[in-house]
Amino acid sequence: MSAVAAALPLADDALVLSHRLAEWLGHAPELEEELALANISLDLLGQARACYALLGDEDALAYRREEREFRNLQLVEQPNGDFAHTITRQLFFSVWQELLFGRVTGTGPPAAVAAKAVKETAYHRDHAEQWTLRLGDGTEESHRRTQRAVDALWRYTGELFQPLEGLDIAMEPLRRDWRARIGDILARATLTMPEGPDADAWSAGAGRQGVHTESFGRMLAEMQHLHRSHPGAVW
Amino acid sequence: MTDTEPGRDWPLWEVFVRGRRGLSHTHAGSLHAPDAVMALRNARDLYTRRGEGVSVWVVPAAAITASSPDERDAFFEPAADKPYRHPTFYEIPEGVRHL
Repeated sequence: MSAVAAALPLADDALVLSHRLAEWLGHAPELEEELALANISLDLLGQARACYALLGDEDALAYRREEREFRNLQLVEQPNGDFAHTITRQLFFSVWQELLFGRVTGTGPPAAVAAKAVKETAYHRDHAEQWTLRLGDGTEESHRRTQRAVDALWRYTGELFQPLEGLDIAMEPLRRDWRARIGDILARATLTMPEGPDADAWSAGAGRQGVHTESFGRMLAEMQHLHRSHPGAVW
Repeated sequence: MTDTEPGRDWPLWEVFVRGRRGLSHTHAGSLHAPDAVMALRNARDLYTRRGEGVSVWVVPAAAITASSPDERDAFFEPAADKPYRHPTFYEIPEGVRHL
């Protein structure tokens, strides 16, 4: 049962980021990019459902919990901002997710979910990496905006390396690998990695403990409103 | 990057896809992308749904030279009206396989 404990935070990460990406629909810079963001959003929703299925009723878990009961990272609940902001959030998260799922070993439902998700995650990371290179090493304006996003989101990355109950994964090596990968991508994109260790990066509370940033409540209100207005409806 | 207007940075690409059991690449459609790498990734999303085991080619539309519809008759008819060009005037001996 203990391995299933990690399913809730992982599912919440995927659900919340999926919702954020879905907010881009109809607003992406190009039709092709709209499709890519929707694709990633759908993958993440699939991951969330697979994890919720290990725990109970997916709709109850997604639509009937309060903000304080969600265990997602504060990183994934951050508003989309501009395209560079969204891409940087994707980069930080998908590199972490790919490294994490690559380390889930053993058998049982969580390992099966991770094995399926790691392939999708490699695609998500590639997408974010390609765009980071293009934006960082693009025009002066795209470089400036991407660096701004890197600096703004950095404070939420320390939380990525808090131990996850139920997953027997050493977080310190994961953190080293993550920093190496991110450092390499940022360097190739002519961007500067923020000063200071990510684990000490300031963050207001912790998403894993149910403490979230301001915009998350508004996001949940929009996501849950129909289900709360018509509880018990079949759809 | 060049300073051209945004639309000019996203040229048209033609996409050719070979299915998992397909023998050859077939023209699947077209899309806009800033470069070949992104065109390939967009083509995967648009035309293959990331199905495993397929091969994708992308070609800048500007690199393709097409035959002109106006010259179609002159271009293709000389071949069609000379039956002796077609290898259909012999019997296939019995026992020949793989033909």
